[in-house]
Amino acid sequence: MKRKTKDRGWSPYLAGALLGLLAVVSVWATTALLGKSTYLGASTTFVRAAGLLERTVAGEHVAANEYFKKEKVRVDWQFMLVCGIFLGALVSSLSDRSFKLEGVPPVWKKRFGPSVGKRAAGAFLGGIVAMVGARMADGCPSGHGLSGMMQLSGSAFVALAMFFCVGVIVAAIFYGRRAS
Amino acid sequence: MSTEQILGLMTGVAFGFLLQKGRVLRFEKQLGALMLRDMTIFKFMLSSILVGMVGINLLSDAGIITLSHKAMNVGAVVVGGALFGAGWAIMGFCPGTSVGALGEGRWHALFAALGMVAGAALYAELYPFFKSTVLAWKNFGKIGLPEVTGLSPWVIIALFWAATISLFAWFEKKGL
Repeated sequence: MKRKTKDRGWSPYLAGALLGLLAVVSVWATTALLGKSTYLGASTTFVRAAGLLERTVAGEHVAANEYFKKEKVRVDWQFMLVCGIFLGALVSSLSDRSFKLEGVPPVWKKRFGPSVGKRAAGAFLGGIVAMVGARMADGCPSGHGLSGMMQLSGSAFVALAMFFCVGVIVAAIFYGRRAS
Repeated sequence: MSTEQILGLMTGVAFGFLLQKGRVLRFEKQLGALMLRDMTIFKFMLSSILVGMVGINLLSDAGIITLSHKAMNVGAVVVGGALFGAGWAIMGFCPGTSVGALGEGRWHALFAALGMVAGAALYAELYPFFKSTVLAWKNFGKIGLPEVTGLSPWVIIALFWAATISLFAWFEKKGL
């Protein structure tokens, strides 16, 4: 097994195994320090971000919304975790010079051309659909895919299978087999 | 910042660092996985699950941590999972990786993140409707595979390890 990959990254087996260790240490640390076993996740943070933004223009509406009440609009552990992902990726990519400004990814360009507007629209609309799905399923590839699988949750196996199976079908339709 | 926020931030920095070093943040890696051409994301995710499931179950058996299953609500997980898969393929990022991709300079991920904030706002508005429809079909509750199958978690973990290691060997043989 190679330790370095062609794009000068770490072996995905090694980086993944280290993330597994981090996940375990993190559950232990949150239990010990915060009094509640908290698992890695990301998508609830988008609900809180939406609530925080909406609150600046429509405070009463957010306060009265059942879902915002359920998920509690505040800057919590997971919110800071997601901010940390940004910082960690920034530090890592600057330190090994893999940081690169990119407005349209090559695979997209090959299929839909160099228009930033088109890519922005695709990313935005895809984002809306994905997040409605993630909130309905109560998790994303972090919450279900990593944390749920590690706990052997029944829902995680079903959710992850749905994510990938439908993702594979839609990617084949949307990008076509020739876009390599 | 509170202890909770500092702990979250530190964990997140390590999380983002490993995602970036594993090179799994990129659009072409996400699409590569969904188009079954590049298995980097499968290798990364499955490796972390292999290590994590042993550690989590050890700590849980020892009574140090508690498990926190998400509910096996059939409509929610199947319909929600399908919607997520479709959006994921078009956007080319998942929630965590969109923020990480932004960190490594792929600024089109910002549109994905904004779309997801909009999607979350939309879900909050539609929640009462979903609650009386999709979410109300059939809920098996917060169940784990050991309860479903009647097997010890360690038997399931051993089977999962065996299947995953065989899959890894096949990836390497095929050069995926």
